[in-house]
Amino acid sequence: MSLHWKNLLPRYLLLTLFMLTVLIPFSGVVLSAFKTDIEVIQGPFSLPETWRLDNFIHAWQVGRFNIFFKNSVIVAVTVVIMSVFLSILNGYAFGVLPLPGRKWLFPLILIGYMVPLEAVIIPLYQFMDALHLRDTIWALILPQIGLSVSFGTLWMTSFFENAPQELIDASTIDGCNRWQTLWLVLWPLSGPPVTTLIVLIFMWTWNEFLLALVLVQDEALRTLPVGLAFFQGKYSANIPLLAAGALIVALPTVLIYIFFQRSFIQGMLGGSVKG
Amino acid sequence: MLPGLLVYFVFTFIPILETVRTSFYRWDGFSSQKFFIGLGNYARLITDNVFLSAFFHNLVFIIFYCIIPILIGLTLASLLGRGKLPGMNFFRTILFLPQVISMVVVGVIWRWIFNPTFGPLNLALNALGLQHLTRAWLGDFTLALPAVGSIAKWVEYGFCMILFLAGIQRIPEEYYEASSLDGASSFQQLIHITIPSLRSEIGVAMITTIVAALRVFDLVYVTTRGGPGNSTLVAGIVIYRAAFLQNQTGYAAAMATVLMLIILAISLIIGHFQSRNEELE
Repeated sequence: MSLHWKNLLPRYLLLTLFMLTVLIPFSGVVLSAFKTDIEVIQGPFSLPETWRLDNFIHAWQVGRFNIFFKNSVIVAVTVVIMSVFLSILNGYAFGVLPLPGRKWLFPLILIGYMVPLEAVIIPLYQFMDALHLRDTIWALILPQIGLSVSFGTLWMTSFFENAPQELIDASTIDGCNRWQTLWLVLWPLSGPPVTTLIVLIFMWTWNEFLLALVLVQDEALRTLPVGLAFFQGKYSANIPLLAAGALIVALPTVLIYIFFQRSFIQGMLGGSVKG
Repeated sequence: MLPGLLVYFVFTFIPILETVRTSFYRWDGFSSQKFFIGLGNYARLITDNVFLSAFFHNLVFIIFYCIIPILIGLTLASLLGRGKLPGMNFFRTILFLPQVISMVVVGVIWRWIFNPTFGPLNLALNALGLQHLTRAWLGDFTLALPAVGSIAKWVEYGFCMILFLAGIQRIPEEYYEASSLDGASSFQQLIHITIPSLRSEIGVAMITTIVAALRVFDLVYVTTRGGPGNSTLVAGIVIYRAAFLQNQTGYAAAMATVLMLIILAISLIIGHFQSRNEELE
């Protein structure tokens, strides 16, 4: 047992050291969010005298984070539902059905997953403008679905390709059409990959910045990250207020991450291996 | 039959082609007059010092996004070694945390840390009696670029480390036992067993982090906006300014096309080496 500890202790010390490089910046921001202007200057890691919520209330009401939060939720939920549904259909077509043109379609979709946002943002701006969708919530939703579907298709295709062929054959013999095979036979098996896809697309959409910065100018349509960036421009020296705003932006993703961390980490590692 | 394909083509693939097409025109982005100028925009960008220095900063960022995190990740993963550590899940969760946070939030956190008057970094240096080392980190012409880079390093190394730790568990124990019998040192084991066995993970880490370094926008936008002067300007910021603030849409499209082609080329080259290595095995 003592030998065991001699082996483990240095490993835990090393891990703790690196964990602290992550935790110290975060804890400083959490503490600051509950402080007054004066307390924050007294020491970055001192505890606030009372745990006041004034900064959160100020950011939420005066900083209009209530509106940004609502916009972010509407965009993220719509994008996740639409993208996951469309990705399942695409993945099923690519992975199971005899899709004509699969050979040349697949690389075209891969390109969409690899290119930077800078490669699409200029025409998207013109296009949204021409459709009179710029400065509407659809300017945030539709392009994000297009971008998410490229990864989602690759992700769901690899699931459907590995689905047991006997099951698909059996359901065909039992008289299921393609639609029924998908939703009655394969859908119940798709829990883990679909969960991962939901979590990843939610994170990407929630944190998206350039798209929301460019396609929407109306303050009432800003999402949380863009709202926070403008908030920072306005209150650049007010650390407690900025910290509270940053926590409002980060909290939903952190909670979802902690709740689904296994799906998320596996998706990030596995998804990038495949991509 | 496939509405998903339609959405993808309309909102992603056709815009990619449209960016390339726009790059051959001189166009301000709103007037109906577009002048076809062939490769004119490309001829301009290879002599444009602002774009070239911005792209050079992207290359410098590769050190912070890719090289340092991969080295830290490899060192940590090989020190932690194989076998299950009780409680590893907890450490993994924390180390991965920067990956899930909006870059705008990361920027707010680090602007506070780097704040010249009440940021923890300068306060700590003062407390240690190192007043002469305190700086206005993000406002300093020479230090702003490495300062922003170090934020990127903070975001990426947990990702690399966890990727490598997951990979290292798959290496058969016998490889290490056999080489120990042959008298190999642990450094030799790292070079001859661990790194070659992890090349698929290293390839993934390289593609992900190099692409992140080349496409960076959010982090620079919220920390320095490219300043002071042009000292932290990156391609993403130059493209954004040209397209949406300076009405040089055609030129911005050319820069975006170059950036896109470089990213695609790097992904394909690293991916190609990976698959060739796997075939050789």
